[in-house]
Amino acid sequence: MISAPDVVAFTREEELEDDLYREPPLPEEYSVPLFPFAGHGANPWAKVAGSKFTRDFILISEFSEQVGPQPLLTIPDDAKVSGTFDLNYFSLRIMSVDYQASFVGHPPGSAYPKLNFVEDSKVVLGDSKEGAFAYVHHLTLYDLEARGFVRPFCMAYISADEHKIMQQFQELSAEFSKASECLKTGNRKAFANELEKKLKDLDYTRTVLHNETEAQKRANDKGYYTTQAIEKANELASVEKSIIEHQDLLRQIRSYPYRKLKESEFHPYEPECALGRADAGCDQDPAPSDPAEPGEMHLYTHIPSYTPKLIKAKSAKCFDKKLKTLEELCDVYFFTQTLDQLHHIERTFRGDVCYLLTEQISRALLKQQSVTNFLFEDVSFLDEKPPEKQYRGCQGLGQDAMDGKCLEESLTPKVVVSLGSYKSSVECVPIKMEQEMEDSEEPKMSESVTSEAQENLDYLDADIKGSISSGESIEVLGTEKSGSGLTKSESQASLPVMPSPQAGRSKVGSRRTVSEDSIEVLSTCPSESLIPEDFKASYPSAINEEPYTDNYADNDDEHGLRFAPRLSPGVADEQDDVSKQESLVQVDAACCIGKESPNFLEPLPELGQKPCEEDGVVRIPPQPYRAAEQGLRGGFPAQDGVPGGLLPYELDSRYLSGSREVSKSSLDECSDSTSYISSAASTCSDRTPSPAHPACQAGERHRKRAGQNALRFIRQYPFAHPAIYSLLSGRTLVVLGEDEAMVKKLVTALSIFVPNCGMYTKPVKHWVTSPLHLVDFQKWKLIGLQRTVSPAGVNVLHALSRYSRYLSILDADSKTLRCPLYKGTVVARLADHRTQIKRGSTYYMHVQSILTQLCSKAFLFTFCHHLHLPISEREPEESVVNRRMNFLKLQLGLANEDVKIVQYLAELLKLHYIQEPGRGGSPLLRFDYVPSFLYKI
Amino acid sequence: MLRWLIGGGREPQGLAEKSSVQTVGEEQTRNPYTELLVLKGHQDIVRFLVQIDDCRFASAGDDGIVCLWNAQTGEKLFELHGHTHKITAIAPFSSSDAFEEKRHLIITASADRTVIVWDCTSGRQVQKVSCFHSTVKCLTVLQRLDVWLSGGSDLCVWNRKLDLLCKTSHLTDAVIFRLTDSNNESEGWNVLEVKRLVDHQDNILSLVSVNDLTFVTGSHVGELIVWDALDWTKQASECNFWDSSVHPDVQPEIKLSQSPSETSVQHLTSDEEYVFAAVGKGIYVYNLQMKCVIACQRTAHDSSVLHIEKLPNRQLISCSEDGSVRIWELREKQQLPAEPVPTGFFNMWGFGRANKQANQAAKKMQENTPMYFLELVGDLIGHSSAVQMFLYFGELGLATCSADHLIILWKDGERESSLRSLTLFQKLAQNGDLQLKL
Repeated sequence: MISAPDVVAFTREEELEDDLYREPPLPEEYSVPLFPFAGHGANPWAKVAGSKFTRDFILISEFSEQVGPQPLLTIPDDAKVSGTFDLNYFSLRIMSVDYQASFVGHPPGSAYPKLNFVEDSKVVLGDSKEGAFAYVHHLTLYDLEARGFVRPFCMAYISADEHKIMQQFQELSAEFSKASECLKTGNRKAFANELEKKLKDLDYTRTVLHNETEAQKRANDKGYYTTQAIEKANELASVEKSIIEHQDLLRQIRSYPYRKLKESEFHPYEPECALGRADAGCDQDPAPSDPAEPGEMHLYTHIPSYTPKLIKAKSAKCFDKKLKTLEELCDVYFFTQTLDQLHHIERTFRGDVCYLLTEQISRALLKQQSVTNFLFEDVSFLDEKPPEKQYRGCQGLGQDAMDGKCLEESLTPKVVVSLGSYKSSVECVPIKMEQEMEDSEEPKMSESVTSEAQENLDYLDADIKGSISSGESIEVLGTEKSGSGLTKSESQASLPVMPSPQAGRSKVGSRRTVSEDSIEVLSTCPSESLIPEDFKASYPSAINEEPYTDNYADNDDEHGLRFAPRLSPGVADEQDDVSKQESLVQVDAACCIGKESPNFLEPLPELGQKPCEEDGVVRIPPQPYRAAEQGLRGGFPAQDGVPGGLLPYELDSRYLSGSREVSKSSLDECSDSTSYISSAASTCSDRTPSPAHPACQAGERHRKRAGQNALRFIRQYPFAHPAIYSLLSGRTLVVLGEDEAMVKKLVTALSIFVPNCGMYTKPVKHWVTSPLHLVDFQKWKLIGLQRTVSPAGVNVLHALSRYSRYLSILDADSKTLRCPLYKGTVVARLADHRTQIKRGSTYYMHVQSILTQLCSKAFLFTFCHHLHLPISEREPEESVVNRRMNFLKLQLGLANEDVKIVQYLAELLKLHYIQEPGRGGSPLLRFDYVPSFLYKI
Repeated sequence: MLRWLIGGGREPQGLAEKSSVQTVGEEQTRNPYTELLVLKGHQDIVRFLVQIDDCRFASAGDDGIVCLWNAQTGEKLFELHGHTHKITAIAPFSSSDAFEEKRHLIITASADRTVIVWDCTSGRQVQKVSCFHSTVKCLTVLQRLDVWLSGGSDLCVWNRKLDLLCKTSHLTDAVIFRLTDSNNESEGWNVLEVKRLVDHQDNILSLVSVNDLTFVTGSHVGELIVWDALDWTKQASECNFWDSSVHPDVQPEIKLSQSPSETSVQHLTSDEEYVFAAVGKGIYVYNLQMKCVIACQRTAHDSSVLHIEKLPNRQLISCSEDGSVRIWELREKQQLPAEPVPTGFFNMWGFGRANKQANQAAKKMQENTPMYFLELVGDLIGHSSAVQMFLYFGELGLATCSADHLIILWKDGERESSLRSLTLFQKLAQNGDLQLKL
């Protein structure tokens, strides 16, 4: 985890410039500006006061043709959430800015009613009176009984924090698009279903009418038609017309995705083409999900239960008719999927924006460190990858085609298999395309992901100066039409074609673009797995963990800040002892970052430029969007009661890094008064304690518990250091005890120190009752073992003593530890029993940061060519070995046994790197012949 | 330190007690094997390991499966199924250089009375012979004649194409069988009984050919006989060199505790100068010139030594039923002969407490020879059951097979680590990632 508490603050103060000049600069995201508002006694989170709701929520509203705008449901579905906030009023607001042209009925020149396949529109709204800001996603669902067959809906993410909406616009847009596409697909399915039924009805009616007419004809021998007969004939004619109309509708709804695809290919001229292709892009997405369509047909043809009804000639179109509910409009399966997705969104974006940002940045950076990140990162983080791929892939799909021509950029593989599990049959053509795209485009992806942060800056740097007048109660801050244009023939005329912010989007890479039909993703990967999991610990809840201590005060004074100290208490404590080492270490770490940073900064311009080069339309970022960013910039100082007039860049970076700073403060778990207040204040936008995604929560809880247990362990056991050293150096540690709970607790505690061997699971076994074998040591690096007094227990112990050279044994009952000696310094920093850290999650983060340092050292060590291979042909092996040891000891500043830790980690890195992707690689057991010692309390 | 009392001494002292065996301690600076790979593939006892070429070996055992392994990576190359019963013998049979390309074959014999020839490159069964009346217990390849022999209740000679060249009549005497086995080269596909060597009093368990002129046999009761291969005469014999008569200072009652199984010559190996014999739990070094035992380690292991091998660097590896593999080094003795030997032996046999002295006491010298002793350099503990055999691959390491169904590849950790670095940088170069660093 990149949350190093001991990263040196990079301030922008001039006088500090010189000192820091020589060191490689920290990446922009980590720079920490001075907090400019400290003098006002204010805190940066106190800005949103007026909101009437307690936390962010999602509102689904409908513009009902009967009663007008009305709220349908909120997520979370809890009256307390919205509080006194007037949902009806807000629904009115958000529905009144619907940009969709709900153009319906008979278009001129067409005989039959045509369905409009309207794209969603994405709008940011602010209501400063209410203190509410919202990302609003409009969409249209089809309803046979509705006027013009359409029912306008919208989903809104409502937050008191304007910046959150703006900062997270891309992400929100992507997530909501998924939800919307899911809902719409379900709706199409339901609509087609409805049409089928209606057709059956009509067919039946026609038969009945026909029979009646025939009967009348036969009965009528007078040679003239009765009015009755004429009426019947008219009725029959109208039914027949209706049948044709409905058949046409059915055809339209079914061919929806394909049609667009075809159309787009014919577009002759360039900008249109881009748009068209964009269309195609998004439509490819529906296509795989479209499986729904063929599948649907099966479904309805096999519905035997439906008995056709006779349709009255004049169906009553009046207001007493009950409109379908949202549930009825959508296929049940898709409806629940949508709700899941919305819940997922709610959980994802819960919390303070700075936290979200930090988390995103760290995760992106972490993802980038593909060489080392497997070592100590959460399994959950690694697990997250496949879904992440899917997720990107599915967006990628949309973008792929969109970019296919104008950007040779990038998309990630999609897990094709996922489609297979989709419940209806799968169309294969688009899938093939995905496969083709898979390989080439992945690398860039990861880079583009990371450029998000910069991207934000970019927006802010935009040279257009405009600010939002906040006098009006509602401002349309930004609109975005979803990534695809419109189908030319139908909607162009009626819709104002907003220049879509594709430039912006493509900059972000495909990570957060508009996803098109992403149902297959939704249906196959449970939404839990989509949730980014790590870094949640830095959530504001982590603030206030520590009582105020003098350490902090000192540190604070140094920097003249009221922010948290940058060094975590543990480190601070330790500093005197190991200050020398420390400084070395820090230089190294910084150096590392410095080296790497160009890498992740690089892709940005590239990505940004690409669209410009080739596509005239796409490259222009949408005006409103910029304005929005501008508004954010303008609004920020104003709200904080700080004079504006700062250069945009300064302010922006300040803001950005400020937010980072906040998270850092939470990270450092300072609870000095400022951050205490601030944390309280920061929850204005969200007072819920933590992101409550199940998996996430579990991970979070696990981390907290593990951290807590680890803290207890290092306080309780004086021999914690050698035990941890064993784990870090790859020697299996066996925790032996009678009481399962106690053993498991210890194992949990120690598991945070266990390096992962591969991408799979942590090599930790919580509870074993049978004798251990050599194979177990290969597989597990931390084992909880039952001690019994039975004869079987003797075997267990016998195995232990037999394999004692591979093992360190922690006896939980007699509180002894048998393991090799440790005299290094790393573990002392890692596990200081005098640490001031009180909270488990905080300690966990402290551990992670030190482990990250270790990882970077191991990385350097592993990938320095001359440390492992001779410089010249004739160089003897010994000199290489000497060089290696010198590097470890002098350059990396490792003492004694610390060398072994880094060597072990390096070995893991090597194995990981050279491993064939397909093969798991047989696990090695490396060991040393070193004497063990018995430690007692 | 080694015997750490788990659980505060509540459990029986037994496991900490019984060490009459020399131990080396946890610090083994001369033991290069610091990395291991467990190879899983067999479902029953693995009894045989044969080397196919520089980096491949085959394993076979009671489950009737033959596995081919890569000794470097531990990758399983093939799993050869064909035998329905346990495998009783295995021999590599490389085609001679006369052929255009070298073909690696292995021959396996099984208790299902078949012999199968396998191709190691393709992993396919080349040919199968099933006309045996009894289980083939032994396979020998005579490379220079390009024939192979199978021995069971009778002895058959086969050529490469699996034509039966000749066979002997029903054999009952193991002595004869073994001897003809190694001596019928020039018979023109006619196996003749040259001579029946009847000097052993019990079953011969082991035979090793030292050079063209000499071979050595060992029997179940602990006789070791050196034979002249030309005239079939006994050059020397050592019939009870485990005995107190050779080492008069050993207490007489010790002999009582020795059952025949503790004195049987399990395995013999030799270089030009010495014959190394695994006798019972001990290892003995027999000097051919001087015709006497020059060094021994009476209890080299906790139980019978099953296989020993001499390494080029004066080291000796032994494996045993106790599941351990030990590395010994034959060294000249520095100490003065006037050493308090008797107490040492006392300790050795478990009458006294095991202590540091056991180490020195175990070194045994002969009166009139330069004094040698076997020093324990390291031990490899990994198997949970008897280690049946091992195969020394030089730099690639050591493969051991055991009754716990596993094969373990022991490797030099340092070397592996630097190899991995090499691979790493090769891969980096391949991926073009090195460019970024410049």
